[in-house]
Amino acid sequence: MSDASHAEHHYTSLGVDNRKLGMWLLIASECLLFGTLIVTFMIYRHHSTAGPNPADVLDIPITSISTFDLLMSSFSIVLALHAIQQGDMKGFRRWILITAIGGLIFLGFQTYEFTNFVHEGLTLSTNVFGSSFFMLTGTHGTHVAVGVIWLLSLFFSSLRGKLTEDGALKVDTMALYWHFVDVIWIVIFTVVYLFVYV
Amino acid sequence: MSAEPHGHAHEHAHPGPATYAKVAGLLTFITALEVWVFYMPAMRPVLVPVLAVMSAIKFSLVVMFYMHLKFDHPAFTRVLLGGVFIAFGVFLWLLALFTFSHPMTNGPLV
Repeated sequence: MSDASHAEHHYTSLGVDNRKLGMWLLIASECLLFGTLIVTFMIYRHHSTAGPNPADVLDIPITSISTFDLLMSSFSIVLALHAIQQGDMKGFRRWILITAIGGLIFLGFQTYEFTNFVHEGLTLSTNVFGSSFFMLTGTHGTHVAVGVIWLLSLFFSSLRGKLTEDGALKVDTMALYWHFVDVIWIVIFTVVYLFVYV
Repeated sequence: MSAEPHGHAHEHAHPGPATYAKVAGLLTFITALEVWVFYMPAMRPVLVPVLAVMSAIKFSLVVMFYMHLKFDHPAFTRVLLGGVFIAFGVFLWLLALFTFSHPMTNGPLV
């Protein structure tokens, strides 16, 4: 089967690639998941009888740096996508690796933050703030971890020659997932961290 | 028979690294502005609307330029907006329900 006829099978009646449409449908459903987690946090964050409370533990400067890191990883993955679309596999590998490192740095910040919170007496079962906070940010962190594994798998596939410039759509689909993780963090950073005194 | 799907007529070329870099600069600037606003006592009365608008701008920039919704088939935009509107509706409904009428939230919990 030729590449053209093979590619033809991936298009829906709308004329869009069904793998890309599938990723957009996943993203739309994930909006509901994170929407309910965020509203649960907003409802319960100020209803704890015992501390620590949000203002006692949340560290805005540290989280601002991790937010910047995640935003820049979105920048590096579009450069990776652009590189593979141009047939520049060396550039693709460089940018996809930088994106994965950006994701790992973000996870490092989150691990540091969670460890500090535990030392300050805030765990998943301490109070309703802790439960809703760890559920929300932990779910997001899990998404980042899945994204990092996906990024590294693309990187190693490329090294082994299994991912070539013909596989740009695979990178495009992965990039959509990564940007979604980024936009959800944009909302979490504002609602959880910057609304801390509201 | 042409293998070109008719939906491609709706799509435009994606931007290049220069545009991506400008968007990255804007995202960095808005994030720095958010943190500045957070620490300014004078901004406290308008903190929520100001930060919500800045967050919405960042969200839109990533979705339009990095996720290419500004350039891709409109079906993708409809799918995303569908999810976002339903999520926002559920968000407002739960917030109203548990803030104003649910007995569990009238007082402190555990």
